[in-house]
Amino acid sequence: MNLNDLLNHQSEWLKDTGPNSNIVISSRIRLARNLEKAPFPHWADKKQSQQSAEAIIKAASKVDYLKTATVFNLAELDSIDKQFLVERHLMSYEHTQKPDHKAVIIDDNEILSIMVNEEDHIRMQVMQSGFNLFEAWNIINEIDDALAKELSFAFSLDWGYLTACPTNTGTGMRGSVMLHLPALVMTRAIDRVLAAIAKLSFTTRGLYGEGTQAMGNFFQISNQVSLGLSEDEIVSNINSLIRQVIDQENQAREAMLSKNRPLLEDRVNRSLGILKSAHIISSQETIELLSMVRLGCDLGMLEGIQRSRINELFILTQPAHLQKAENKKLTSPERDVKRAEIIRNKLNI
Amino acid sequence: MLCDICHKNPATVHLTEIIDNQMTELHLCEPCAQEKSAQREQQFGLSDLLAGMAEFSKPQQKEAEPAVALKCPNCGMTYENFRKIGRLGCGECYNSLRRYLAPLLKRIHGSNQHLGKSPSRATRIIKKKMDLQELRNRLKTAIETEAFEEAAKIRDKIRELERKANESRPS
Repeated sequence: MNLNDLLNHQSEWLKDTGPNSNIVISSRIRLARNLEKAPFPHWADKKQSQQSAEAIIKAASKVDYLKTATVFNLAELDSIDKQFLVERHLMSYEHTQKPDHKAVIIDDNEILSIMVNEEDHIRMQVMQSGFNLFEAWNIINEIDDALAKELSFAFSLDWGYLTACPTNTGTGMRGSVMLHLPALVMTRAIDRVLAAIAKLSFTTRGLYGEGTQAMGNFFQISNQVSLGLSEDEIVSNINSLIRQVIDQENQAREAMLSKNRPLLEDRVNRSLGILKSAHIISSQETIELLSMVRLGCDLGMLEGIQRSRINELFILTQPAHLQKAENKKLTSPERDVKRAEIIRNKLNI
Repeated sequence: MLCDICHKNPATVHLTEIIDNQMTELHLCEPCAQEKSAQREQQFGLSDLLAGMAEFSKPQQKEAEPAVALKCPNCGMTYENFRKIGRLGCGECYNSLRRYLAPLLKRIHGSNQHLGKSPSRATRIIKKKMDLQELRNRLKTAIETEAFEEAAKIRDKIRELERKANESRPS
């Protein structure tokens, strides 16, 4: 697989096929694993990092599911390629820093990715479209078992999988669900919901994970506790929380529709109007307008526009995606022009 | 009075810090004081929060071995390193710095016992442990109900398992 092939491939998390995909964009499970005895990436010298990376890549090549996966060495990727993978949620921003002896292994379907020598030796994730955490867990559980046959992981009977940061110790598992909550934001109920989530030891983040702001009404909710619960319990807990958030969003949508349908229709159609006719548009404005159009699709206000096409635009309009499509570096003002052009082409059919 | 850091300018800022019930006073000039506070703000992140939590979870009683002397024999990370970085050096650190990590993990996760999956190699060890526990329980019941013949059989089984466990343990 070549990175350019991915440009024409619909990311799993944007497929719009899974359960509750009107509100839940994607479900993701991440597992952190480390090699027994080997120093963690931040504490290892170059030789040790290289040895760990080689051992992991070799082990991965023996796993059936990964037979057709591609290994990308971070040191061989240019800055646009690295950003491209971050935009597709196949690796973290952190992984692009200090690229020596770091790698990312990506399967053909873009469901699985394994970061090698990120904060931990192994950070693997499985992504599923819609509200589907259990399926993601089932897939990653098997891959983890297969890797454990090839590698000895740092593990203790008392504390489970041992990770560089004690906040991940235990299952080493983080389950995240990405939600689109425009009605909760518009009715200003979102702060109350987020405060309740925080009280239950779950965290909320923006579209691009740790430290990013919530943009375009997208929120990522994940578990914080990784020790003292089984993986199934962690998934069940997130699921029951997410179900409540979905209910709240649905109620807010219904309330808005019954109270002020014209206002909502106005906002949705104005947003679509701007997207269809703008010639210069920033990524921030794009995400906010696409969010409104997506809501319009959910509520059946827009005939003939498929949600999957809106999802596609979320990613194609990101800075590195624009530059890969053009196959050259673009300045920020140049990107704003190119972005508007792509959106017009996709929406004016 | 001259600045404690640069020893050149007169000290105009007087800073009192209390760390571990120990009070220290610093007398600084304006530029050095600004630099020190800038360093602080820059450094304050997750690692500080974690380190702060670790600090809280220090064992209460005075121990002969000072915390800074604890060092992981596998990777060389000291407790002091961990406090600064907020990350451990290797899996073995969990054993080497166990005294400090046990309360810290409890504080972060509200629990100290892993209940999730295990790599298959570890599963076998757990299974052996559970088998032994199960047999001991059965032995107890057998004795309580005066089923002595049964108890003797279970006792032999336990002895055998214990012998095997000792043999497989690395010397």
